[in-house]
Amino acid sequence: MTGKKKRPAVRPEKGTQRNIPGKPSEKQSERAKKRYSHTVFKDWCKKCGICSSFCPKNVIGQDEHGGPVFERPEDCIGCRFCELHCPDFAITVQELGPDTVGDV
Amino acid sequence: MATVMPKKKRSLLQGNEAIALGALAAGCRFFAGYPITPASEISEVLSAQMPQVGGTFIQMEDEIASMGAIIGASIAGVKSMTATSGPGFSLMQENIGYACITETPCVVVNVMRGGGSTGLPTCPGQGDVMQARWGTHGDNPIIVLAVSTVTDCFDITVRAFNLSEKYRIPVVLLSDEVVSHTRETVIFPSPQDIEIVDRITPSVPPEWYVPYENNSTGIPDMAAFGAGYRYHITGLVHDERGFPTQHPEEIKIFTNRLFRKLAQGLHEIQIVKTFMMNDADVAVIAYGSVTRSAQRAVVDARSKGTKAGLLQLITLFPFPERLVDKVLKQCKRVLVPEMNMGQIYREVQRVNQGKTDVKKYNRIDGQFITPDEILGELLLEE
Amino acid sequence: MPKEITKLIHKYLRHDKKFPHVWCPGCGNGVILGSLIRAIDRLGLTKDEIVLASGIGCSGRMPVYVDFNTLHTTHGRALTFATGIKLAKPSLTVITVMGDGDATAIGGNHFIHAARRNVNLTAIIINNQIYGMTGGQFSPTTPYGSHAATAPYGHIEHAFSIAELAVTAGAAFVGRGTVYHVQILDKLIKAAVLKRGFSVVEIISNCHIQFGRRNEMGNPVTMMEWMRDNSVTVEKAEKMPSEDLEDKFTIGILADEEKPIYTEEYDKIRERAGD
Repeated sequence: MTGKKKRPAVRPEKGTQRNIPGKPSEKQSERAKKRYSHTVFKDWCKKCGICSSFCPKNVIGQDEHGGPVFERPEDCIGCRFCELHCPDFAITVQELGPDTVGDV
Repeated sequence: MATVMPKKKRSLLQGNEAIALGALAAGCRFFAGYPITPASEISEVLSAQMPQVGGTFIQMEDEIASMGAIIGASIAGVKSMTATSGPGFSLMQENIGYACITETPCVVVNVMRGGGSTGLPTCPGQGDVMQARWGTHGDNPIIVLAVSTVTDCFDITVRAFNLSEKYRIPVVLLSDEVVSHTRETVIFPSPQDIEIVDRITPSVPPEWYVPYENNSTGIPDMAAFGAGYRYHITGLVHDERGFPTQHPEEIKIFTNRLFRKLAQGLHEIQIVKTFMMNDADVAVIAYGSVTRSAQRAVVDARSKGTKAGLLQLITLFPFPERLVDKVLKQCKRVLVPEMNMGQIYREVQRVNQGKTDVKKYNRIDGQFITPDEILGELLLEE
Repeated sequence: MPKEITKLIHKYLRHDKKFPHVWCPGCGNGVILGSLIRAIDRLGLTKDEIVLASGIGCSGRMPVYVDFNTLHTTHGRALTFATGIKLAKPSLTVITVMGDGDATAIGGNHFIHAARRNVNLTAIIINNQIYGMTGGQFSPTTPYGSHAATAPYGHIEHAFSIAELAVTAGAAFVGRGTVYHVQILDKLIKAAVLKRGFSVVEIISNCHIQFGRRNEMGNPVTMMEWMRDNSVTVEKAEKMPSEDLEDKFTIGILADEEKPIYTEEYDKIRERAGD
């Protein structure tokens, strides 16, 4: 790696849109809205903050210890950034079938 | 692995060539090495003969890599060997320790040269004896054998592989410039007279396999990578399953087992030869090429009326204490000639504890110890 | 994209090992382990035919967690052990995982010679620009001017580019990815394992604890943002003027060549020798 840009050690602002690989295109989101359930395996989570910081739809918040809380699961677009980037294999994102009823 | 014997029944061979042929006879099918005097002929012979028997020869980028490669091959289930001299042997030490800790069978040939550092590349020496035993860090047991004739080079190389396979331990085979570059006629044993030992592989289903099991022999069965027994091998101190541990009780069990497995096999690990020892009251204890001069000196001493005998150590470590002790009790004088400043002499003295008169005789000028020199020492006090 | 990413990973983990794993919160090593498992799963390889060998350091702890034939070797020597395994049993798929110090400092000689020799191995090199496990000493990839435990006044040596080193040394396949661009990484590792010949994947990873903390990037998020903002895909870079690329690094496939494989060449030697 050549050169290094110094960046301030601050968390990115919430709500910033980012170019996420695998983000569903506009076309997809026009189709029937898919819903997802999210599980955090708390015993393995080390509260690194990657999932909550990078979530493109700000679905994930943090509890008082910095652990992830899926605050707005209905906004999830299923990009699976959190699941792919969780260094501790502690997040599972599951697509719900159309028959699933009730809150996700 | 079936033995591959030389095509001729007898051959005029150099020691290094005999080591290479012994390896093939023992079932060695992987050799990795790096050019170095006076060991290079072993590489040269095996580069030609390994592919003929379906084996693999590779010249690596250095001795560290050679040692790593032979451990890898052995883990994949193939008997393997490397050969080097002092400087290369120093480079191999870390990975030799890895082979000890992971109990990976392999044979390391060290054709000793004279001197330290680059030293005397074309001269004989015996300065690496203690390095062979203690060269790697930590406190691991290891088997060290020494050869003195070209016939030895063939036979003892086979024995080195057998011990390595049976006890799951690296075996260091010490030759020296004189033995390795001497040409002698070797009469090969017939294939049915050669004992070939292969490591025991597990016969239990994979889910029952305990790769470092603390069993009664102290020697766990060894599964080759790819044989369906998936397990972890690490140079970290590990538990019976192979996973790193810092638990004092598990560490103790592991380390004790490494020593226990050899202690239980000393009767076959400790190899010595005696010559005219029956009625001897003066003895020479020698190993490697020095044995050749010692043997002649003993005959000459006998012709002058001295009841001399010779104990040749083939196994240097684990040091054959009981066998040496017998000689010390029998003789009024014992001479230990070596091409170093007295490395095995110290071991002999450790066993002796003042029982008898033990003298050393040393040459460190890169020259071979002659029969006359030993004879002179033997007759000194007559 | 598989529907169940984490579930799939759990299929390959050794659950009798202590989890969570040993790495620091947010460490890229975990992301890379996930990526490696997905690549192997997609290739349809069985656990029995995979050998995962590592050297020493944080990366060295990776094999213990996965249910393959796993080998934790000495520092810098993973490729030498892997060479022995592959030549002794060519049917095995042998993958090594190393760190930047492991592969290019103490193991630098083995690395360039493995690339030159072209044994069919895969070398995954996690480049976090520092010695993490030993406490943040500078490595061969620590950038000039940055700070490390043994460069308290700023680093005065110049960094290796691992991927370019591999290309020059003759590796058949060379890719570079980051732990931020996970999907690219999945593809790179898959292509590297599939590649017949010596393949290298350099992965820019984050050691925010040892490197980041000393260089104003003290958490995994800022380091991943740095990767996002300073990397350019090989395809994009081709169309960009060189001055725009000065402070950037490229990701993607840097080399992909067909050349004779050692084991196949050695089979010919056996024929010539009259096996």
